[in-house]
Amino acid sequence: MSAVSVANPLPVQSVAPPDVARATTEPVWVRRVLIGVALVFLSLFLFVPLVSVFFEAFKKGWEVYVAAITEADAVSAMWLTLIAAAISVPLNLVFGVSAAWAIAKFDFRGKSVVLTLIDLPFSVSPVIAGLIYVLVFGLQGWFGEWLMDHDLKVIFAVPGIVLATIFVTFPFVARELIPLMQAQGQEQEEAARVLGASGWQTFWKVTLPNVKWGLLYGVILCNARAMGEFGAVSVVSGHIRGETNTMPLHIEILYNEYQFAASFAVASLLASLALVTLVLKYIVERRVHQQMAQVQQAGAAA
Amino acid sequence: MSIEVKNLAKRFGQTVVCDNLNLNIPSGELVALLGPSGSGKTSLLRIIAGLETPDSGTVLFNGEDTTHVAVRERNVGFVFQHYALFGHMTIFENVAFGLRVRPKATRPPEAEIKKKVTELLKLVQLDWIADRYPHQLSGGQRQRIALARALAVEPQVLLLDEPFGALDAKVRKELRRWLRRLHDEMHITSVFVTHDQEEAMEVADRIVVMNQGRIEQVGAPDEVYDHPATPFVLKFLGDVNLFHGRDHAQGAVGGDAAQAQSVSYVRPHEIQVLAQPAEGSVAAKLIDVLTVGPNTRLAFERGDGKGEIEVELTRDEYAALRDAGVLVVGQGAHLKARRVRHFEAPASAGAA
Repeated sequence: MSAVSVANPLPVQSVAPPDVARATTEPVWVRRVLIGVALVFLSLFLFVPLVSVFFEAFKKGWEVYVAAITEADAVSAMWLTLIAAAISVPLNLVFGVSAAWAIAKFDFRGKSVVLTLIDLPFSVSPVIAGLIYVLVFGLQGWFGEWLMDHDLKVIFAVPGIVLATIFVTFPFVARELIPLMQAQGQEQEEAARVLGASGWQTFWKVTLPNVKWGLLYGVILCNARAMGEFGAVSVVSGHIRGETNTMPLHIEILYNEYQFAASFAVASLLASLALVTLVLKYIVERRVHQQMAQVQQAGAAA
Repeated sequence: MSIEVKNLAKRFGQTVVCDNLNLNIPSGELVALLGPSGSGKTSLLRIIAGLETPDSGTVLFNGEDTTHVAVRERNVGFVFQHYALFGHMTIFENVAFGLRVRPKATRPPEAEIKKKVTELLKLVQLDWIADRYPHQLSGGQRQRIALARALAVEPQVLLLDEPFGALDAKVRKELRRWLRRLHDEMHITSVFVTHDQEEAMEVADRIVVMNQGRIEQVGAPDEVYDHPATPFVLKFLGDVNLFHGRDHAQGAVGGDAAQAQSVSYVRPHEIQVLAQPAEGSVAAKLIDVLTVGPNTRLAFERGDGKGEIEVELTRDEYAALRDAGVLVVGQGAHLKARRVRHFEAPASAGAA
């Protein structure tokens, strides 16, 4: 039920074919059929469901809609979702930048291992990710007793949800930055150092401005996933109403209880978030491409 | 500031890039590190700058050990082959960077920064593009800005890594003359890396010829060209014909049996073409003629079948000989060296 499911960390190349030669174009009817098939498919599987979310949400009227999203449990779910994103996104921003910096700017043993590890959350099912934390921090887990003795709750509590969210969103920022930083190389950093800049100054004045659009793009994707994550969070949450339910979990519970209008009302909020994300992503993506093109242009001119 | 390098060694994995280098660069000199790619010249430059750490050996600035001084404290100007301008800053900000990152105590006031940057931009004749961004500039302009940026911190040493390598031929020629004039005005100790022997000869006071991590010869441009210390230097600074010692029976290289093991080298433009055999001449057949610019290159096949000889004549010399009927493709002529250099045959004498 995650309304925002963005599993692809890299910007999809959506470049218009430049001056397609006549020899390689297809007859008009072939083109129309292909475009038609694509459109029908898109509307059936993407557009209709999206519209239906809003349709169902408002089916029983505005009051039911407002009641559903202002109800205490719903508000608490929204808060929890925001908290989880507000903690995990900045942390992954820091992790992602450090990981990308280390991988792109230094040579060390085991670099490929680190690269593979960064991809782990993409290759592992979110449910497994949740289970890992249950096994480590759960009552029967490695630290379960110790946590119990100190009256600390991780699983079935907010910390567990944040941990699971961090895990599944870890690759977004790093994966976005690594190719960009690798393409840019180290010359500008070296130039800054020779000119007397400290490491800190070099990072803020040279490295960061050079990757800012890529970074923002990674953060947008990371945030979308953090808010939409269902599987991993579901395992560690315990579904305690008003306490450990995030928006996706709250939607599922409402749906299972046959409160369709309420369920779709909350879902429409997540869907709106997805739409906003898409618009932001589109704008930022264009800037990333421009930045990449500039790097390539500088390389080509050289 | 003088630069001294002592017993410097550096390797990357199995590759030795600096093999026990010793070099002394007096204050105020403009020195070229010349060599083919992989000869270690860029590594040496980067070690002097502090961008690379040597495995062993020392680097001294003005007699003081700076081997372990951090890059940012060495006060060197470094110009990168691909300019390395900061793409997100204006040209003005690029040049001002070195001043702006100084600690508060030594940072000049804004008005002074502005004055200084404007001065530098005037020096590189680009004060009219201060508000543009690097990607709006041509390669030659970018490189001049890179130089202005390096000079902004008033470096004691200026290091340039293949500064003209990425530019087209015409711009390159202009820029290197301009660099020479700039150096004559500023007298800042400068080292630049190049693989272009012509560039090194034209710009540098002294040339350091490098090969496989070793210094082959250090000397003034005329010195290394006229008195090459090793066959490598001779071969690297222009084309050369190779004669093995045994060949001297032909008389081409003169000398006696004691030189049986030596190799003789003759530059293509130091060979005379004669219609009649003379003392020490070799018979050869003309097989190819190619005129490039002011010179004509002739390829001859030796009468004894021991390879080819290249000869270079000026266009006029060639025309005169051709009109006299001496140089006809497919016909013979006699070649006599005006100048021959001998070296003992190295253990692995490579083909020229």
